[in-house]
Amino acid sequence: MQGPEALRLARKQRRGNVIGGTIKDSGLPYPTRLNFYDKPPRDEVSLEEFEQWAIDRLRVLGEIETCLFRNNTPAEIDATLKRLLDKYLPLASNHSIPENERSNPKRFAGLTAERRKDHYSHFILRLAFARSEDLRRRFTRVESILFRHRFTTDDTRERHEFMSALQLDAHAVSDSEKAQYADELKAVLAATTRTQPEKARAQFEAESYVKVEWDRVADLVESRRIFIRGGMAYVPSGALVSLVLAEFSNKLDEALIATARLLPRLDEDDRLIPILNHLSKGFSAPEYNSAAAPTTLSGEAITAAQIDSLKAHFPLCMRNLHSALRRDKHLRHFGRLQYGLFLKGLGLSIDEALVFWRQAFSKFTDEQFNKEYRYNIRHSYGLQGAGRNYSPYSCQQILMDHPPGTGDAHGCPYRHFSVDNLMMAMESQMGISGDEKSVLSGVRQDVGAKKYHLACNRVFEHLHERELKREKEAGGGVRETIVHPNEWFDRSWNLKNPGKAKERGRVKEEVKEEDTTMT
Amino acid sequence: MAPHSTTDNDGDDVMRDTDEMQVDEKPDAPAVKSEPVAVKDELEHMFDDEDDDLMIDDEVNDFKNGFGKTSAAPISDILSASPSDPEVMLQFYARLFPWRQLFRWLNHAEIPSTDFANREFAFTLHNEAYLRYQCYPTFETLRRDVLKLNPSRFEIGPVYSARPRDRKQVPKGSFKPLEKELVFDIDLTDYDEIRTCCSKTSICIKCWQFVTMAIKVIDVALRDDFGFQHIMWVYSGRRGAHAWVCDRKARKLDDGKRRAIAAYLEVVRGSAQSGKKVNLDRPLHPHIQRSRGILERDFEKNILEDQDPFRTEEQSKRLLQLLPDQQFRGALREKWSSTTERSSSDKWRDIDDVAKTGVAKDLKTRQLLEHKQDIILEYTYPRLDAEVSKHLNHLLKSPFVVHPGTGKVCVPIDPAKAEDFNPDDVPTVLQLLKEIDQWKNPVKGEGDDTAAPVRVPDIDKTSLKPYHDFFGRFVQRLLNAERQAAELKPKVEQGVKIKKEEDMEF
Repeated sequence: MQGPEALRLARKQRRGNVIGGTIKDSGLPYPTRLNFYDKPPRDEVSLEEFEQWAIDRLRVLGEIETCLFRNNTPAEIDATLKRLLDKYLPLASNHSIPENERSNPKRFAGLTAERRKDHYSHFILRLAFARSEDLRRRFTRVESILFRHRFTTDDTRERHEFMSALQLDAHAVSDSEKAQYADELKAVLAATTRTQPEKARAQFEAESYVKVEWDRVADLVESRRIFIRGGMAYVPSGALVSLVLAEFSNKLDEALIATARLLPRLDEDDRLIPILNHLSKGFSAPEYNSAAAPTTLSGEAITAAQIDSLKAHFPLCMRNLHSALRRDKHLRHFGRLQYGLFLKGLGLSIDEALVFWRQAFSKFTDEQFNKEYRYNIRHSYGLQGAGRNYSPYSCQQILMDHPPGTGDAHGCPYRHFSVDNLMMAMESQMGISGDEKSVLSGVRQDVGAKKYHLACNRVFEHLHERELKREKEAGGGVRETIVHPNEWFDRSWNLKNPGKAKERGRVKEEVKEEDTTMT
Repeated sequence: MAPHSTTDNDGDDVMRDTDEMQVDEKPDAPAVKSEPVAVKDELEHMFDDEDDDLMIDDEVNDFKNGFGKTSAAPISDILSASPSDPEVMLQFYARLFPWRQLFRWLNHAEIPSTDFANREFAFTLHNEAYLRYQCYPTFETLRRDVLKLNPSRFEIGPVYSARPRDRKQVPKGSFKPLEKELVFDIDLTDYDEIRTCCSKTSICIKCWQFVTMAIKVIDVALRDDFGFQHIMWVYSGRRGAHAWVCDRKARKLDDGKRRAIAAYLEVVRGSAQSGKKVNLDRPLHPHIQRSRGILERDFEKNILEDQDPFRTEEQSKRLLQLLPDQQFRGALREKWSSTTERSSSDKWRDIDDVAKTGVAKDLKTRQLLEHKQDIILEYTYPRLDAEVSKHLNHLLKSPFVVHPGTGKVCVPIDPAKAEDFNPDDVPTVLQLLKEIDQWKNPVKGEGDDTAAPVRVPDIDKTSLKPYHDFFGRFVQRLLNAERQAAELKPKVEQGVKIKKEEDMEF
């Protein structure tokens, strides 16, 4: 035996050795359900399989991104994923086979096929999504969520086997060290698990900790859900998921960059490239496409002078920014960005935008304005600096990216206002008086459940109740959750101006079509 | 990424011709000058067309500016000028700026390396032009350019994968920032809603205590929690302070990890509309618990007495908003409106006194205690400009630069003695030049008959000296750590050389 054959056997043996448990020495290619994707596939697949597997996985990943975009909770994402995975990318656990038959490769064949598809489709999509930084970032994010879903729903014992094979390079914390930091560790444990102090004490006694460099669990550090001392994070067994997940996405990040470097060599193959190109195009975010938005409302260009009257079609965040701008004659950096890009999405040209902001910043001299702000405004239209054409912020970005601080007016009021202030804004900005209890209590409920987009959509439906009803009676009106401030504006404008809506509507449809290619 | 005014300001169009290119091609001059005469000979040979640069050294007394013109203007002539007067600045950068220490600090070694050569410098000129992507092989070339351009200030950016000047020549996408110190920015304008003594750009020793408290809390967190050791705090010249975390591990953090640290340290969240800005899970995280211990001691004096933020009826409304239980708030409101204006300290005590009367049946002791803790944190906990810390490619004003508005030098602050620091004591550039002017050589002791008169470096004549020395010791500790980390066993001669040099410096 020599050459490739010897290599293959060596590989099999290596795979076999890493895994603990009953099927350790079985020589099976995929002994566990979970896969860290650290070894690329070697066997041949047909072109049809290549494409079909990739498309199936893409459906799952695309749906994850949609969930993120709609700001779904992890529980909601899990529910969506379960349904989808059963259909497109099932992965059964070893327990689906009786224990005494698990070492029989024939009994295992079904599982192997599933795992093979999972393995191959992952690597095919790596090829498709390694090409740009944006695609890599999104791919890592959705793949990590998919991995987390599978990891947390995995059978406990199999998960344990999988983890022990990972060799996480973590040091056990000795009893004396645990005792030394007992107060700190107990406080974190009680706060993160939300248990009563008495219960937490017992939990702490039973808990075992490992120590890793703090940046390996950066997400836990970021949210102060872990105790750190001297650069080391003290990870309780329950938080190991975080560690495994961080490891997963870090490795994937690195691997994608390595893949990107190798991509040019792949260019020789004219069978795969068209498929890969097609795949990466299909993976487009359901983003509101402002470039395709018209620059006119019913045929006329929007001017700076019209903004005040258009305010009636703005969502709360934009009305709040507009009011702050009129009140203070100024907006801070992220306020200017959030509002300025929104107006740009409405179709306000750069010239009109400069007029609008110049007039709005009335407490500044021309010289100050030109020096401090002109550049930024032109920048956001892609006319200055890097020349990037920025898109209006989506709800997702507004909710997540830059929480407002002192003196800021940007952000999502549903999320960033206190409930009392939000209720006041409901009346002052949206004209919903305190008598309209059903809407307001609905909003309170949504906000309490952290479903900010639902609260916003609830307000939209309330303000457009009559129009929506009419639309429904006329047989139209697909009710979709609004996930972008500009979408709010377009829907609102169209509903209130049904006669003139055609132009805007047509362009919107084109955008929608583009989006649906991914699902 | 959002277009941010500091990081995206592309100043390419004002790039000027660079005669340093010639210098760049030559072998780097050794930065260590252990035996002045011998090294000078060697250097002269190397740079025989540019011998002006040879005079550049922190210790050199005679002032020559970068392009060879000997400055004859006596200092006394310009002392009446404004601190941002270009001539004043020029004198400062020529005579007092610690160029060599700045180089050692950023280079992490004595021998010039890409840590320094690929580092971005950005200049703001007196005509407000902004030059980005400047870089220099050695501190001599940097110094010369600063003296030539005479910027009103300059900033330090990241180390890139290639020389920033060459960014257009390297393949697209391969020019990227690799490392930079982890930085923090504390600015008193972020405290405007809670400071009562000053607003906008003005500050006094009372509101400076916000910065002092911030330094105490952040410094200990960075050291104890994250294990960083080389943290330099610098006065920003007017109303704030910067921190530069220089540990190797800190320099290599990516944006995601910087964001994690910034968020870990952030407690006060939200805008004016957010209501209560401190909302923490209980039990408190060890970092918050420790910070609370530090800050509670200062709350009484720095806030209740000095800031007195709840005195007027309007002000106490804010305090009421932050307290729990409607009935309880009502009782307090009544008490405060019926009596004449009570001080913040009185009102703070009233909270417990009224609670003890049992007027609010549903008010729980723990709930009130937690709200009081949150209020203390809202009024004392550091308010960081997190955007500065989150991005690897954010530029920050260099230490020892002169603030063009105040004329004050951005001097380091010793975090161990943060409470002793008073921004009013920081020397201004005019004051320093005056000190040089008025300096007289002390009378020599008996028997001191060595031939030549001892040259005294300008820096030794000024009150900037202790700050210089502090910076020098900081840099030396950093370099020692770097050397240990690299596991370089210094040769005997090298050890001697470094020892000697230390003697010369301090």
